[in-house]
Amino acid sequence: MSIREELKKTIAPLAVNDRYPAESYLTVKPADFIPACLALHQLCASPVMMMFAEDKRATRSCFRLNTAFYSAAERHWYYACLDLPAGAESFPSLAKEIYSATLFEREIREMFGIELVGSPDHRRLRLHDEVWPAGAFPLRKDFVPLERLEPPTGQYEFIKGEGEGLFELPVGPVHAGIIGPGHFHFSVAGEPIINLEIRLGFTHRGIEKLMEGKTLAAGLELSERVAGDTSFAHGLAFCLAAEKIAGLTPPPRAVLLRAVYLELERMYNHINDIGGIALDVGFSFASAFASVLKERLLRLNEQLSGNRYLRGINVIGGVAQDLAGPVTLNPLLSDLNELEKILFNSASFIDRIDSTGILRQKTAEDLGVLGLAGRASGLARDLRTDLEPYSSAGFRPIVCTSGDCLARLNIRLQEFRQSSELIGRFIRQLQPGELTVNAPAPVAGYSLGAIEGWRGPVLYWLKLNEQGTIERCKIVDPSFHNWEALAYAAQGEIIPDFPLCNKSFDLSYSGNDL
Amino acid sequence: MAILKIIKNSLLKGIVDLPRRELLPEAEQLGKELKQVIDRQFHGSFQLRQVSAGSCGACESEVQATINPLYDLQRFGVDFVASPKHADALLVTGPISRNMLLALQKTYEALPGKKFVIAVGDCAVNGGLFKDSYYTLGGVDQVLTVDLHIPGCPPSPTTIIKTLLGFLK
Repeated sequence: MSIREELKKTIAPLAVNDRYPAESYLTVKPADFIPACLALHQLCASPVMMMFAEDKRATRSCFRLNTAFYSAAERHWYYACLDLPAGAESFPSLAKEIYSATLFEREIREMFGIELVGSPDHRRLRLHDEVWPAGAFPLRKDFVPLERLEPPTGQYEFIKGEGEGLFELPVGPVHAGIIGPGHFHFSVAGEPIINLEIRLGFTHRGIEKLMEGKTLAAGLELSERVAGDTSFAHGLAFCLAAEKIAGLTPPPRAVLLRAVYLELERMYNHINDIGGIALDVGFSFASAFASVLKERLLRLNEQLSGNRYLRGINVIGGVAQDLAGPVTLNPLLSDLNELEKILFNSASFIDRIDSTGILRQKTAEDLGVLGLAGRASGLARDLRTDLEPYSSAGFRPIVCTSGDCLARLNIRLQEFRQSSELIGRFIRQLQPGELTVNAPAPVAGYSLGAIEGWRGPVLYWLKLNEQGTIERCKIVDPSFHNWEALAYAAQGEIIPDFPLCNKSFDLSYSGNDL
Repeated sequence: MAILKIIKNSLLKGIVDLPRRELLPEAEQLGKELKQVIDRQFHGSFQLRQVSAGSCGACESEVQATINPLYDLQRFGVDFVASPKHADALLVTGPISRNMLLALQKTYEALPGKKFVIAVGDCAVNGGLFKDSYYTLGGVDQVLTVDLHIPGCPPSPTTIIKTLLGFLK
């Protein structure tokens, strides 16, 4: 029985919108909101993939709340939608029932000023209490950038561990390496970590607000700069959303080329992390070796596309240019084999990463962990399974069950090889043909673009107005789902193993902070 | 016994080095000039402390690339250090998110002696695509006196080395 029919037994939606393929928007009554989300959560076997608000006070005098779940079985996205009348902006907190809604609710509260009834956590995520005054909600349409900020009086409250022998260890936002900023607040008893709280938002740049009013071309340019190491996947997700709204189907050659670039992005990042894991246990030779492989891949990117970070390739309706040369990956693969041998022949390296930083499958599932980190803990989810050209290539995600740093390393090693196989396969399938389809006149509408980047699903929900400019753009980088998993994986580990655990997840600061 | 294995291995393999074609001749030449300048003006070492003030991560990746074995900036006397107290210069990326202002200022104050500030990437130079945001301050020179701008989105490792050389000369 389909999810739709199952759902009918408990919920009678006020309205259903099935305008776009693989997406259903179910508008529900306030009393039905929590039951509908719970039913979708179970029927889809999905965490809250996205939850976001829109300010529709100008036209419909309400805020609209959308909560998205993804059913891998049906390859279909379901949204529970709730209209919150202006003036009484509040909704019952879903976080008490489904943990993966927590961060999204905190985000909605700080950005829209919508109150959550009964929420377990009200603290702000990105607009830090120390620098941003109360009562200014950037994503409201009537928000005016403040000339001078009122002196803020707030203070973020960390969860404190108390007791004999326990002490607090604050680390960051500026770290020792060449890396993004984040604050790690450890409660430790000697060496072992009792609790870790991660405070982020330091790279908040207000991207969702900047998107508003932009043309598609400008929006695409911005999307490629949300997370620098995932530029291609972010740009692609943006394009997929825009193409769905306009009803465009990119030509087969463009679909294959996009997949080639997406896998190239995965490869250079995976090798970067393999080297990073080696570096964080002090194995500099292996790390230097990996950094040479990364540089070769970046140079390959530049040869093929003219940009080391694969920017400017995606356009709405296809790709801007063809491969400018041959894709030779065999020397890289034999170097990878060599690197793997070097790593796995070192007993002290394996000793450090084996059974370190374990994220249990149950924990991963409860937190709604996605992508690579989830697959290392036994969650066999990968959006590529359901997307072309991967599904017709018989794509199967690579899964480990031990959930430790070794598992995350192994996934990367195997995915590196898998990506190179996929690239070879896609290039053999290439037929001469067009690279883009011409975009028609601007169409108003809203839709989701979703693609599995190297960290996990990159999601863009885009809404365009009649002029074809952006009305609302909700961005979810997989890091937003996964940062909390690091806090659980680090529990009970010793402080010197924390950088290793952190690198084994390698989550994005900027993708999370927007 | 392990040591015998290592000796045998190194005798069999000889000196393993990177193929010379992968080293960019331009970067090699620049590096040698850079080394002379650093020897003369900074007693042989020029240490940098990097701070991301809201960068997307691409600039960090390119700065990191300057110390991989193919560019190996360290052999010319430039290195990245963990503490600002060991640094000659502050290398800043990103459009200065409000949340990073305090940390950036504190890091700057922790630098000893004459403090150089280097802004890397379009965002750090003038705010880049983020300059109109409610949450960015738009470029490092809104906050600190910048001695060197290295534009680019992101600037390539060669550009970074080249601009650094031009500045130190």
